[in-house]
Formats: sequence, structure tokens, C-alpha cells
Amino acid sequence: MATQHIISIGDFDRNEIDRVLDHARQIDENKYDRNALHGRILAVLFFEPSTRTRMSFESAIARLGGTSLSVGSVEACSMAKGETLADTIRVVSGYADAIVIRHPKEGAARLAAEFATVPVINAGDGAGQHPSQTLLDLYTIRQSMPIDGIDVALVGDLRYGRTAHSLAFALSLYNVRLHTVSPKGLELPAPMLAELREKGMEIVEHDDINDVVHSVDVLYVTRIQRERFPDSASYFNVASSYRITPELLLGARKHLIVLHPLPRVDEIDPRVDDSPHARYFEQSRNGVPVRMAMLMKVLQ
Amino acid sequence: MKNPEKAESAENEGLLVRRIRNGTVIDHIDSGEALNVVKILGITGTTQEALSIATNVQSREMGRKDIVKLANRELSKEEVDRIALISPSATINIVRDFKVCEKKGVETPSLIVGIVKCPNPGCISNTNEPIASKFRVTGKGLRCIYCDWVISRDITSHII
Repeated sequence: MATQHIISIGDFDRNEIDRVLDHARQIDENKYDRNALHGRILAVLFFEPSTRTRMSFESAIARLGGTSLSVGSVEACSMAKGETLADTIRVVSGYADAIVIRHPKEGAARLAAEFATVPVINAGDGAGQHPSQTLLDLYTIRQSMPIDGIDVALVGDLRYGRTAHSLAFALSLYNVRLHTVSPKGLELPAPMLAELREKGMEIVEHDDINDVVHSVDVLYVTRIQRERFPDSASYFNVASSYRITPELLLGARKHLIVLHPLPRVDEIDPRVDDSPHARYFEQSRNGVPVRMAMLMKVLQ
Repeated sequence: MKNPEKAESAENEGLLVRRIRNGTVIDHIDSGEALNVVKILGITGTTQEALSIATNVQSREMGRKDIVKLANRELSKEEVDRIALISPSATINIVRDFKVCEKKGVETPSLIVGIVKCPNPGCISNTNEPIASKFRVTGKGLRCIYCDWVISRDITSHII
């Protein structure tokens, strides 16, 4: 059987996504074998900083009875000596049963899969793909409501935000009406909008968050990065108008959930944390069962 | 009496379409694309073979067309199919001992390897990794298999 990799959410069809999410739910309900991956080794190759993704993959393999290996910091590994990623991957394939990789270059995980003799899971490649984040986003939505028939608003930097792109693509496999809310210049790229619409997705574009907050079921908030703006004043001006506050959420649908891939900076007022709408910390916690399901998919 | 203008034109045409003994004639290239065809075939100035390029030749079917002739080399199907990217109407004639032995059109390949450079500076294919660029040919253009960047127009300017 060919080695199974998880590189892009685009490689999944709806049935495959649903199977992973169903499996994650079973795991969440403690219905899993704690020694399912006993004796298996996961190489954690992170060439970029990460807290949640890295730790939740390490937690996921440990909860399944396996162990993880990592190179530590990028400066400490042989890539710093000029080794190619292809060589690193060939070598690490000999030390582990699967590789999780995060890399600053787009397509790095696809390249890794070409050279690896063990399964590769993409944990984020530059501005490209981050399939485990998308799966846990979908999982978190599904915990609160069926994904079909809902209105989802993507808020913030939709031009550069890879999590928003992957999620939009995955939602196009479901019956979802998508609302985009972004500052001028940070809209979802036009080719992507066209591709999603071709898939039959209904998309409504907005620039004012007040237009959507009362009529959606999911608010997916992403960080607006300061470096996208010419000066701090224009950044603060835009960022403040997209900030999620308890006042903004007054009158929202009762079952509305607010998600954020984290880390957040100013996008969500900390006073929202105690609101029943806030699900971002739960979303982050969901990274573990979803990544456990992903590891079992490629290693069993 | 012989029309001198016509005679000159015929002479020029004769020079342009002079037969080769063995090799490949690429005909019906879209006008102005001959140099790009040569580029896409990876034929450089250091080639040892006789290479003839005719551009803006009169054509009954096309109005104007380009022709490329390459002596003593028979291009493979994989090589000629790359031409479909820039000139889908091109035809290929394999010539042996002055006779056209094979005549075929070009078919757009599904995967383009190592011919086009990905325009995305953040793409892993633009680093020192030991890989060739790879693009899937879609209805919208060429899609980089590494970073999903789509080249939808002016493909020739991205040829390596």
C-alpha cells in the first residue's frame, strides 16, 4: 500500500473529512486504545516557531502510547549547515515512523512527502496549507452544530491567512453560506473567491462586521497583522473596527460560536472569554483528539 | 515572362522551407512563437545541430505561421507536447531521408516538469532543493503542485 500523507485539505473529500472527525469524537469520548501506537516514533520537524500545533502533536502521539523525537531549535539542526530539506527528510525517515513538518516555504510538506519513506503530515508550510488546523476548526464547529446549512463569517486578514483559506475550501464541501469580512486590501484573493463560487458556494462579501454579526452561526476571527499596514495609526484604526467585544455580540444568535486559530492579539476582547459564544480555547484543546485521529489514519 | 517579385518570393520561400534530410519539422506554430518553441524545447545557442527558424511565413490556413526545423534530431512525444502550452495548433513532422515518416499534432500534457519556474518567491521549488518545478495543467492554467500558485497567462515569460 502506498504511504499515506496528509499534506493539504484539498486532498480530502467530504467523506474522508467526516471519517477523521467521527474518529476524533470517539477519541474525545475516551473510546480509543491507549496503546494503539505503542512503540511508534513521530519525528517532529518544526523549522518555524509553534506552541499549539507542536505541543498538541506531541501530546497526541503520547496519548496513543507512542513517542516523539524533535531536533530542538532550527539553529541546532543540520539545515543550519546548509543541508537540503530533501536530505533531512531522507535521514529522518530512517529514525521515525512518521514525520510532522512545519516549514516557512510553501510546498515544503509536498516536497517532504516526495522524499520520505514514512508518512508525512503537514503542520503548516509558509502561507500555504495547514490541514490539521482546518480539521480541528471543522471539528469544533461540528461539536456545536451540524456543518450543513449554516452561515460562517471569516473575519480579519483573509488575504494572507492560511487558516482562513483552508477552512473556506473545506467548507465548500458542505452546504455553507460564507461571509467574508475584511479590511480593504486584505480580502480573500480573487482567484480563490472565483474557485469557491465555481464549486457552488454562496459567498457574501462585507467590510463592516456589524453587517454580519447578527446573522451568522460561526464567527471565525483571524489576526490582522500590524506589518500589513504602513503605520501603527492606520493599523489600530482598522484593527479596532474588527475587534470582537461583548457589546458587538449583543443580539447575536444564541448559538453563535466565536473561533480563532490563536494566538490572538487584539482581535478578541478578553471579556468575551467568559461568554457562552467563546469557543477558541476549546478549539485549541480539540487539536489533540483531531491530531490523534490523523496520526492513527497515517500510522495504522 | 517570369514575374520577378513572384520569383523572389518563391526563392525566399524555398530558402525558408528547404527540406532537411533527417530530423524534426515543427510546423503551424502560432505566428511569433517560434523562438519560444525553441526555448521550451531547451534548445540553446550551443546546440550542435542545424536549427532553422522561420517566422511570419504565409500560410493558407493560418494567415501567418512560424516554422522550426531541427536537423538530425527526432523529438520525443514528451518534448513536443510541451509546445502545446504555447502553440496548440503546431504539427510535428519527423523526417527520415527527406521523407515525412510521422506527422502528429501536439497534445497538452497533464504535468509539466522542469520547464516553467514558479512565480511564487515563497515556493519551495525556488530554493536549492534537488527538485524540478512541477505544474499540473488545468483549465485555468498551470498550477504549481508544491504551492498551488496558478499561472493563467503569459506562460512563456515563466519558462526557465
